[in-house]
Amino acid sequence: MLEHASGDKRFKMLEVHMKKHQQRHDALIEVLHKAQELFGYLEDDLLLFIAAKLALPPSRVYGVATFYHFFTLKPKGEHTCVVCMGTACYVKGADKVIAAVQDAVKVKPGETTANNKLSLLTARCIGACGIAPAVVYDGTVTPRQTPEAAVERIRKWM
Amino acid sequence: MDRNDLLEIKEKELASRKKFTLRCCMAAGCVSSNAEAVKARLEKTVADLGLANEIEVRRVGCMRLCCEGPLVQADPQVALFERVTPESAMTIVGALNGGPASVSKADPHHPFFTKQLSIVLANSGVVDPERIESYIAADGYLALHDALTEMTPREVVDAMVKSGLRGRGGAGFPTGLKWGTVAKSPGAKKYVICNADEGDPGAFMDRSVLESDPHSILEGMAVAAYAVGADQGFIYVRAEYPLAISRLQTAIKQAKQFGVLGSGIFASPFNFTVDIRIGAGAFVCGEETALMSSVEGRRGTPRPRPPFPAESGLWNCPTLINNVETFANVPAIIRKGAEWFASIGTAKSKGTKVFALAGKITNTGLIEVPMGTPLRTIVEEMGGGAPDGGKIKAVQTGGPSGGCVPAEALDTPVDYESLTKLGSIMGSGGMIVMDDSTQMVDVARFFMEFCMDESCGKCIPCRAGTVQMHSLLTKIIQRKATARDLATLEELCDMVKHTSLCGLGQTAPNPTLSTLRFFRKEYEALLQPEALGGHASGAEAKLPVAT
Repeated sequence: MLEHASGDKRFKMLEVHMKKHQQRHDALIEVLHKAQELFGYLEDDLLLFIAAKLALPPSRVYGVATFYHFFTLKPKGEHTCVVCMGTACYVKGADKVIAAVQDAVKVKPGETTANNKLSLLTARCIGACGIAPAVVYDGTVTPRQTPEAAVERIRKWM
Repeated sequence: MDRNDLLEIKEKELASRKKFTLRCCMAAGCVSSNAEAVKARLEKTVADLGLANEIEVRRVGCMRLCCEGPLVQADPQVALFERVTPESAMTIVGALNGGPASVSKADPHHPFFTKQLSIVLANSGVVDPERIESYIAADGYLALHDALTEMTPREVVDAMVKSGLRGRGGAGFPTGLKWGTVAKSPGAKKYVICNADEGDPGAFMDRSVLESDPHSILEGMAVAAYAVGADQGFIYVRAEYPLAISRLQTAIKQAKQFGVLGSGIFASPFNFTVDIRIGAGAFVCGEETALMSSVEGRRGTPRPRPPFPAESGLWNCPTLINNVETFANVPAIIRKGAEWFASIGTAKSKGTKVFALAGKITNTGLIEVPMGTPLRTIVEEMGGGAPDGGKIKAVQTGGPSGGCVPAEALDTPVDYESLTKLGSIMGSGGMIVMDDSTQMVDVARFFMEFCMDESCGKCIPCRAGTVQMHSLLTKIIQRKATARDLATLEELCDMVKHTSLCGLGQTAPNPTLSTLRFFRKEYEALLQPEALGGHASGAEAKLPVAT
């Protein structure tokens, strides 16, 4: 079996995961989840590696990776700030939260700051509607955010 | 494992119960308000005081009133404490003996609690979602046992038909009819899929059920699999719900250990395994054919129906797809009987419906009410109306596929037909309340933007139509549109609705159409008069602006 040329251990771990799924083609999304968990994002080289190991055309792997919002083909910043833009959050002022954050760090949703400290993202609804508006800072869901609180929180990371 | 084993586990579990119980909500809403720390501190306090033999601190699922979390219920019937902090742990333990607590208590006589009728949420907030014994103590897996040993698959399907249960994912297709179709479809291999891709923004009922009572879903799926002749199930759950995924994984592992999933369940020839498939953020995957495509590891694009999944679904095998809440109703129907279920609700909509109440409303959280409950009861009595003296303007149901019910129509009972008549839909159960500060054209654009982003791009009416409708709505909001643009928008709405391939496109115009129907004045107030001659741009700029 061909090793990945880089000798990076994470490729080995990804291979183990693929074996767990018996290299089944229907496990592609599961494999991509694992790959993103290990590497943080899906670069072309990684997608080619998955395609080869699952015996799938690279076009199929690329097509799936780009179809779903959850997968990212660009590296993320050190920290992430995900503003929920679900309906409940929206009517409770999530649009003002995101505008304030955008203004403070000068990047648009989906982008990463020039110093690579922060990626600003939006979510379609994280199901935390009871505590709207919610913002997820580095994976921690935080309830009832105001524009001021959000800006203060991310300033600490910059 | 047999019936006696189940009853024995139940007895043992009930015997181990202590004099007092502190039930801590550990669903996602409360967890993000620091519920983990609250529970840890309560456990420590109980241990430090040497009261571990008298007080049980139990992890439970959603206790409904999400806006006041973290919630702790002190039993027997002391109080439901709101916004509990780790610091207040000592006083809560003291309150079990009648002492004063330093945090506020919810009013148990408030309509928010008294008007609820729990079938789907019966175990939510009561059982520990991470312990199968706790579920068995609430008569869990008895329905599966009885179905397997005392009923034929045909009888199970008949019970579903008789119960009148309809799909809780939104469309309201009769569940029994669907099961019957899959059961009759020829094929050695069949599948059961649980649609837990709760994509509607503003809906969190399915998340709560998965986090609070995952075993009820497994049991419902197993009963369904027996009825239709399937041996493999999939739960397709959103990646945005990590806690739900982890609880499901735990539940599946325990169910296998206890022999209620796997081969030869309850010493019958019935085998059933369940795998989790994690979504990757695509709203269209809530559509059944797109979902199946995603389970197969492909792009989640829908395909034309027929053939319906019941005849040719996953890997071209007959496949039963039901929503989380639909499956959660199944064990109770088997246990308590189809007649009991059919006695609840209205003539055509049986049982209860869980709604996620959110937006500009005093009490946000989960409610389960009998079908046919008037919207006014839900929003004004249970929800407590708009906060801060605001006035309710509309209630949005059905998310991006639904519509806005205006305040004048609040006396409408919630059932499938009445909401459809108002141009909205029951949907999966998201209910967003909007007050007079909400601009309806903005709302229409918000949902259109959602559909535009989420359109999979396979069919042109949806892919191009949503973009065009979005730009027209933007033009209206920017006060650059004329009556002609509004006419074009309506024409496009009609076209996209009738020519799109799947439900996403077919329902994408709904929020726009329903706001146009009830709040047309807000659109018209933003329109500009037609330019004379139609093309003199210089002259157009000088025309008076309508206000």
